[in-house]
Amino acid sequence: MNRIFIGMGTCGLATGAGQVKAAVEKWAAARDMKVQITRTGCIGYCNAEPIMDVVTDDGHRVSYGNVTPEVAGFILDEVLVRKNCKLDGLLGQFVNGAAPLAGIPLIEEHPFFKKQVKYVLRNCGVIDPESIADYRAHGGFKGFERALGMSQGEVIQEVTRSGLRGRGGSGFLTGRKWELALASRNAKKYVICNADEGDPGAFMDRSILEGDTYAVLEGMMTAGYAIGADEGIIYCRAEYPLAIERIKKAIDVLKSEGLLEKPVGPGFLFKLRIKMGAGAFVCGEETALMASVEGRRGMPRPRPPFPSVEGLFQKPTIVNNVETMANVSHIMREGAESFSAMGTQNSKGTKVFALTGKVVNAGLVEVPMGMTLREVVFDIGGGIPGGKAFKAVQIGGPSGGCIPAEHLDITIDYESLKSVGAIMGSGGLVVMDEETCMVDMARYFLSFITSESCGKCIPCREGTQRLFEILDSIVSPYAKMPDEEENLLRFNRVLNMESLAQVIKDTSLCGLGQSAPNPVLSTLRFFRKEYEAHIYDRKCPAHQCKGLLTYTIDTNACTGCTLCAKKCPTSAIVGEKKKTHYIVDEKCIRCGTCQDVCRFSAVSVN
Amino acid sequence: MESYMETKHQVRPVDEVIAKYPKSREHLISILQEVQAEYGYLSRDSINMISDYLALPSSKIFGVATFYNQFKMNAPGRIQVSICRGTACHVKGSLNLLDSCRQLLGIEVGQTTKDGLFSLETVACLGCCSIAPAMMVNGQFFGRLDKKKLEYLVDTWRAAGRVEE
Repeated sequence: MNRIFIGMGTCGLATGAGQVKAAVEKWAAARDMKVQITRTGCIGYCNAEPIMDVVTDDGHRVSYGNVTPEVAGFILDEVLVRKNCKLDGLLGQFVNGAAPLAGIPLIEEHPFFKKQVKYVLRNCGVIDPESIADYRAHGGFKGFERALGMSQGEVIQEVTRSGLRGRGGSGFLTGRKWELALASRNAKKYVICNADEGDPGAFMDRSILEGDTYAVLEGMMTAGYAIGADEGIIYCRAEYPLAIERIKKAIDVLKSEGLLEKPVGPGFLFKLRIKMGAGAFVCGEETALMASVEGRRGMPRPRPPFPSVEGLFQKPTIVNNVETMANVSHIMREGAESFSAMGTQNSKGTKVFALTGKVVNAGLVEVPMGMTLREVVFDIGGGIPGGKAFKAVQIGGPSGGCIPAEHLDITIDYESLKSVGAIMGSGGLVVMDEETCMVDMARYFLSFITSESCGKCIPCREGTQRLFEILDSIVSPYAKMPDEEENLLRFNRVLNMESLAQVIKDTSLCGLGQSAPNPVLSTLRFFRKEYEAHIYDRKCPAHQCKGLLTYTIDTNACTGCTLCAKKCPTSAIVGEKKKTHYIVDEKCIRCGTCQDVCRFSAVSVN
Repeated sequence: MESYMETKHQVRPVDEVIAKYPKSREHLISILQEVQAEYGYLSRDSINMISDYLALPSSKIFGVATFYNQFKMNAPGRIQVSICRGTACHVKGSLNLLDSCRQLLGIEVGQTTKDGLFSLETVACLGCCSIAPAMMVNGQFFGRLDKKKLEYLVDTWRAAGRVEE
């Protein structure tokens, strides 16, 4: 029986992995062959999804990308019937211990994977995330068993020794956090796994939860043992239905295997449950998250007391991110050195990034700390599509900053990113090319923050709103502010933009507010010229800010075909048949439809 | 969240839905989620019933429900379109996609069409950044969208009156 692996994470499903699976089943039924289809998580190369791996008769696992339902049958025909693996879309073969197939490159040698080091993502896209047997076959629960043989202090020491720092963004030493919680004498303690991945542009936690569910749960159980907690809660976003389904299934399996809710090892009893988030970005902040678990509005509270001392229901609580928890299981299995051998002086191990935006190979990448950004964007990411110029990379989501081309050789670690005004954050890396407007980017993040601010403290609630208004006035046409007084006011605000940003940064209550002005400050720092072009010349160099664009029809190129006039949603284009057309600027909503439909490239934008 | 959209199924009364939860505030958000999964939104009546059940003022429940983006206070359409407004989608032009969608459906964000077929929303990030721009429709994901693809999808759904699996 041949095994077929199909990447059925959310990205795979969205690109049609479901239909591919149906096509494979149909193919097998038509030939009366038995195949075992395994639904894996995401291997990270989302750009090539749907990805299908076929295991040949002699046990070689060969991977193909961009598989459509039509192609799937052809691939199976070639590989399984005609024994030919060299096909279009070939990504490579997996190492399986036996001698590799001749003429087929190894998947590790693929440009996208070559520079990556898979530590925490090792199982994603490789194993069946719903099968505990598969997880065990890849070393699952060995780390937990090892931990149970050690004392609590020893486990924490091992984690501290590895140098693992919180992967959720702040970079606090995980072992130190656990130590504080262990020191508390309270009989009831909690372990919370923060899976409320709200950063727009980030999906590392989703992929790990979907692709290696048990590793996260094992990490939580280890944490529970280490600090003496008896209850664990996974706080997962409701936007991740597949991850939630898999966690629920995994918890049930662990219960039936007697690993949960029954004493294991030296009488360690642990229970796990899942709590669905309800779509509030601020709930990624640990104190807000705990308020949400308690059934209240997810508003942060001042610290101290820190959650390790007084957390959920006033009991000592540790809150760790998904990636941190998954790392713990691997560290406990392979020892602290396996982790601390990678990375830089102060930032050990690897970091997973969600590489997206204007980049050829979008997907999930895991690199050792200390790699340069240039290597990630150009060597792994394959550079910018369409031969366009690189402009900046946005790291750390709404709390992070934009790093321009001149700083591309910066190494990735907590400290050097901070030195250029960005943060590690949870790991979103959005690449931007010359067609992205930096003012628009800053405005975009602020509009996100204004709608997600919880409203508790004034600097964040009011300050970000004012900051947004300033940016809005920068990108809006004069027509919106007709009288002189308003224009003066606008000018005054622009002058005070930087100091306002600084005040918000200094006086906000929680991390969300303190980092809210970062997108503005960092774009101001590196792309001041673009702001000036918007303010003084009233022009958007990247042609993104609609309010500052004017569409015109070239009188020489226009043939009067009337197509644009017909398609214009606001009837802003006038002109007779076979005569030059004109755009009435007051009516134009800058939707760009005329430019899209014109067959003579007569519409230009300025 | 998908269950109530499979039209024909019998809607359970609110008290039956919430009876399995202990009477503690800790479970408020889970209760609200389950009620919304059943009815598609939180009506005034259901909030009052939850208030009686948990012995919590309905103003508090309303406060929690309006805090979180997930909860709706009005009945949504049978086809719920959520356009992703994450960073990667923004860079790849999701604002234009949203504009096209508003024109196609003839409604603004947060509204439902008069025939009750479509409702339009935005979502902070779907986590499908690699296939940006993306949207979620009745729990299904659609990626690498452009205006043409969107037009085609909306036309098919409008003709069929539902979203095909």
